[in-house]
Amino acid sequence: MIVGERKPVESILAMLAPHGKVLLAGCGTCVTVCLAGGEKEVGVLAAALRLARQAEGKPLEVVEATIERQCEHEFVEELAAKLAGAEAILSLGCGAGVQTIAERYADLPVYPGLNTSFIGIPVKHGDWAERCAACGDCILDSTGGICPIARCSKSLLNGPCGGSAEGKCEVSEDTDCAWQLIFDRLKAQRRLELLAEVRPPKDWSRHRDGGPRRIVREDAAL
Amino acid sequence: MISGSRLERVLASGNFAVTSELGPPKSASAKGVTKHAAMLKDCSDGQNLTDNQTAIVRLSSIAAAVHVLAAGGDPIIQMTCRDRNRIALQSDLLGAASLGVKTVLCLTGDHQSFGNHGTAKNVFDLDSIQLIAAVKGLRDDKRFLCGEECKVEPKLFIGCAENPFADPFEFRVMRLEKKARAGADFVQTQAVFDVPRFAQWMEGVRSAGLHKRIHILGGVIPVKSAAALKYMATVPGMRIPAQLVKRMEGAADPEQEGVALCVEIIQQLRQIEGVAGVHIMAVYWETIVPEIVARAGLLPRP
Repeated sequence: MIVGERKPVESILAMLAPHGKVLLAGCGTCVTVCLAGGEKEVGVLAAALRLARQAEGKPLEVVEATIERQCEHEFVEELAAKLAGAEAILSLGCGAGVQTIAERYADLPVYPGLNTSFIGIPVKHGDWAERCAACGDCILDSTGGICPIARCSKSLLNGPCGGSAEGKCEVSEDTDCAWQLIFDRLKAQRRLELLAEVRPPKDWSRHRDGGPRRIVREDAAL
Repeated sequence: MISGSRLERVLASGNFAVTSELGPPKSASAKGVTKHAAMLKDCSDGQNLTDNQTAIVRLSSIAAAVHVLAAGGDPIIQMTCRDRNRIALQSDLLGAASLGVKTVLCLTGDHQSFGNHGTAKNVFDLDSIQLIAAVKGLRDDKRFLCGEECKVEPKLFIGCAENPFADPFEFRVMRLEKKARAGADFVQTQAVFDVPRFAQWMEGVRSAGLHKRIHILGGVIPVKSAAALKYMATVPGMRIPAQLVKRMEGAADPEQEGVALCVEIIQQLRQIEGVAGVHIMAVYWETIVPEIVARAGLLPRP
């Protein structure tokens, strides 16, 4: 899933300073699961914004609306019914959600209430970790199902650097060394020979480096 | 001879090699580089110029190498993958060779979070092994990474680094083998304090026959104090035996004890089959290198 983190209330208040009424839009998919931008978080943030603006003597009217997915136009359409009088939209969706809303309601300022962090998983309650860098050229078949692009601090392709110590990355002792994990798993699977291969430079043109990406499939077109 | 570098000549002749290290300054002045190069040129066969070590902005290693050449030294430029993509790396290899540099050390590079520009974007387009292969491709096949021809190839002696003390220990010999296969001619290791552990790694290296495919230079660092040694023990991938810290703590003259310890380690490394030389990393203490080399019985240089 896409994992995000809400911006500090102060930053959001600064963005909304010129406005008297806003629509606060939540998203029912990834950011609901990672407890950053679902219906519940919309309610909490709306209350905090109202209180803060009340205290400033400049009340803010906040209309709450959480839709199934902000990254699809058909769901974003539902917001139209709640927009009467709103001067702006504050989205608690990921970057794709914010932009879909901004595209549909191009006359209004649309603000991001989250920082979109990464594609990852909850490793335990309240702890999410990155797993995929969307590099466009998956190599998990040869790395024991552990991604060095997303999980090695240097995205190395040929094994751990000299900073791997006791299973941890040199960058942070809270971060597992991805290559130690890969080594351990391939060793357990008796497939260490995969690590002996010198992997050539990666084709980064399929990552963001190649420019904005797009997939067009005729078989899926209407 | 591939590159004609002094280090290549010394290693090819079977002499025990000595390389040293020189940290370029955080300024536009080459004075220190020139001064230290003059001091290191007669006691070492090559002088490493670090490349923005620990991700701190310094005078460029290639520019520093030009000052070392002018001072009569034999520069080894360090080149990391952190700050440059394959376009810039290959361009700098050509540039360095055109300026008279004959030896390059291919490194992944410390993560930028260690340095003084922690908000920087890193590159890591290539890793160190891919960089080694890129240099070899340019030199031996006259081909850029894209496959296009390079009419006048950079004749560079190719070095790499390896840390026998990092984890997973079992992978460390395999990693050196990959570097040898990619085209590295020599390796300088992380600083050795734990000689038995290093010897254990060398056993693996010998049983893989790697000492016959790549020249191995053991790294050493002279320390000035017990505090310096204790600090090093906190660096990921360093192994400092507790008795060495005790020895430094008990020393009446810690600097002299540090020199004596360094000389002892050099002599122990020399006894290990397959070790072709030492790499003395006395950054911020370059002035001590001639004494260490002399006391280790490694002067005059061939």
